[in-house]
Amino acid sequence: MNAVAAMLRRDLRLAWRSPGDSANVVLFFVLGVVLFPFGVGPGAEILARISVGVIWVMALLAALLSLDRLFREDAEDGSLDLLALSPAPLEFLVLGKVLAHWLVTGIPLIVASPLLALFMQLPAAAYPVLLLALLLGTPTLSLIGAIGAGLTLGTRRGGVLVALLVLPLYIPVLIFGVSAVEAATAGLAVRPHLLLLGGLLALFVPLSPIATAAALRQALH
Amino acid sequence: MHRYANPARFQRLARAIFPWTTGLTVLCLGGGLWFALVQSPPDYQQGETVRIMYIHVPAAWMAMFSYTCIAAASAALLVWKHPLAELAARAMAPIGASFTALCLITGSLWGEPMWGTWWVWDARLTSVLILFFLYLGQIALFNAFDDPTRGGRAAAILALVGVINVPIIKFSVDWWNTLHQPASVLRMSGPTIDPSMLLPLLLMAFGFTFYFVSLTLLRIRSEILARRLRALQFAQGSAEPAGARRVSA
Amino acid sequence: MSDFFAMGGYAAYVWPAYGITAAVLIGLWIASVRSLKSREAEVEAAEAGQPRRGDR
Repeated sequence: MNAVAAMLRRDLRLAWRSPGDSANVVLFFVLGVVLFPFGVGPGAEILARISVGVIWVMALLAALLSLDRLFREDAEDGSLDLLALSPAPLEFLVLGKVLAHWLVTGIPLIVASPLLALFMQLPAAAYPVLLLALLLGTPTLSLIGAIGAGLTLGTRRGGVLVALLVLPLYIPVLIFGVSAVEAATAGLAVRPHLLLLGGLLALFVPLSPIATAAALRQALH
Repeated sequence: MHRYANPARFQRLARAIFPWTTGLTVLCLGGGLWFALVQSPPDYQQGETVRIMYIHVPAAWMAMFSYTCIAAASAALLVWKHPLAELAARAMAPIGASFTALCLITGSLWGEPMWGTWWVWDARLTSVLILFFLYLGQIALFNAFDDPTRGGRAAAILALVGVINVPIIKFSVDWWNTLHQPASVLRMSGPTIDPSMLLPLLLMAFGFTFYFVSLTLLRIRSEILARRLRALQFAQGSAEPAGARRVSA
Repeated sequence: MSDFFAMGGYAAYVWPAYGITAAVLIGLWIASVRSLKSREAEVEAAEAGQPRRGDR
C-alpha cells in the first residue's frame, strides 16, 4: 500500500509540473464533442438522441490519447528501469501510476462532462447518472489503457497500435456506460448497468496491474 | 510437450505428420464441397443460399478454435516458457484472422439475399467483428518490435488478456443487442440442421480443422527457420568480414 | 448444369462466397509455402558462410 501511495504522490507531483497534459486531454474531449452539432446540425432532437454515445466515445478517445504519457517519459529517462528494480512489487507501482493517471486525466473528463451534456442537449434527469457512470468507467479506461501502453512500450509506431489494442477492450465499458445513462433518460432502472460497470472496474483492478507489470518486465530487459 | 521443444525434433515430427494432415484436409474439403454444393438439398426456406452456411459456420468455429489455440500457446509461453509456443502463436494468428474475415464476408453474402442487408449489428456478427480486431491487434503486436522475442511475449500477454475479455465482450454485446431490439429477428445459425445438411457441415468443419493444423505445422517450420536465420545473421554480423568462409555454428 | 451454376438465382452470392474462401485459404497457403521456401534458401546460404547479396 505504501508503494501505491508513494508512486501516486510522485506521479501527481510530476503531473502538477506539466498541467498542459491534463488540459490537452480535456480540450480534445470538449472540442471533439462540439464538432458533432456542426456535423449533424443543431437540431435538439438528433443531438439528444446521440448525446450519450458521443460523450462516451469522445471520453474513450480522450483517454486513449492520454495513455502515451503513462509510461513513455519514465521509460525514456530511465526511471522505469529503476522502478522495476525497486523492492516494491511492480504491480503495486503500476496501480499507483494508473491511479495518478486517472486523477490527472479521468477526473477532468468527468468535470467537463456536464458542460458537454448541455451542449448535446442531454435531458437533465440523466446528468447525475452520467457523472456516476463516468466515475466508474474512466478508471477502467485507465486500467485497460495501461495494459496497452505497457505492451507497446518501445515500439516506434506506438500511438496507433495502442488504439488498435485497447479500443476493442474498451467496448464493454462503452456499452454499459451508455446503457446506464440511456436508462436514466428513459426513466428505467439504472442500477444493473452501474453494477456491470462496477464489475468491470473490479475485474481490471487486479488484472491490469498484473498484465501491465508483465508487459513492462518484458519490455525492460 | 517439452520433448518437442527441440526444433529439430519438432521439424521431424512435423514432416512426418504433415502429409497425413494435408491428405485429410483434401479429402474432407473435397468431400465437403461435393456434399455442400452438389449432393445436398436446398433449404425449403432459404433455397440455395443455405450452401453459404457450409462455409460460414465452420469458419466461425475455426475463428473461435484458433483463438483458443493461440491463447493456449500464449499460456505455454508465459507460464511454462515453452520455446516453440511463441512460434506457434505467431504461425496461427494470420490463419485465425483469415477464418474470422471469411466468417464475416460469407455472413454478409448470406445476409443480403436472406435478410436484405449486407451488414447488421446483431450480437453474433458484432462479436465476430470485435474478435477480428483482436486478431489484428495481435498480428500488429507480433510485428511491431525489432526483437521478435519481445513481440512474441507482448502478443502472448495480449492474447491472454484478450481471452479473458472475449466472454465479457460477448456478454456486453448480447446485452447491448437486447437493449436495442434489432428490427428483425436474425437467425444466422440458419435452419435447424437436417442430417443431409449436417454431413457437409461437419465435413467442411473437419476440412478446415485439418487445413488449420497442416498450415500451422508448415508455418511453425517457417518461423523456426526465420529465427535460425536471424541468429545466423547476428553471428555473422559480429564475425569476419563478408566473403570469408566459416563453418556454421 | 446451368441450373447448378445459377444456384436458384442466388449465384451472385453463393459463388463469390466459395470463391473468396478458396482464394483466401489457397492464397494463405501459397504465401506460407513461398515464405518457407525462401527462408530455407536463406538459411542454407547463411550456413554456408556466405551472406547472400543484399543481406545486411
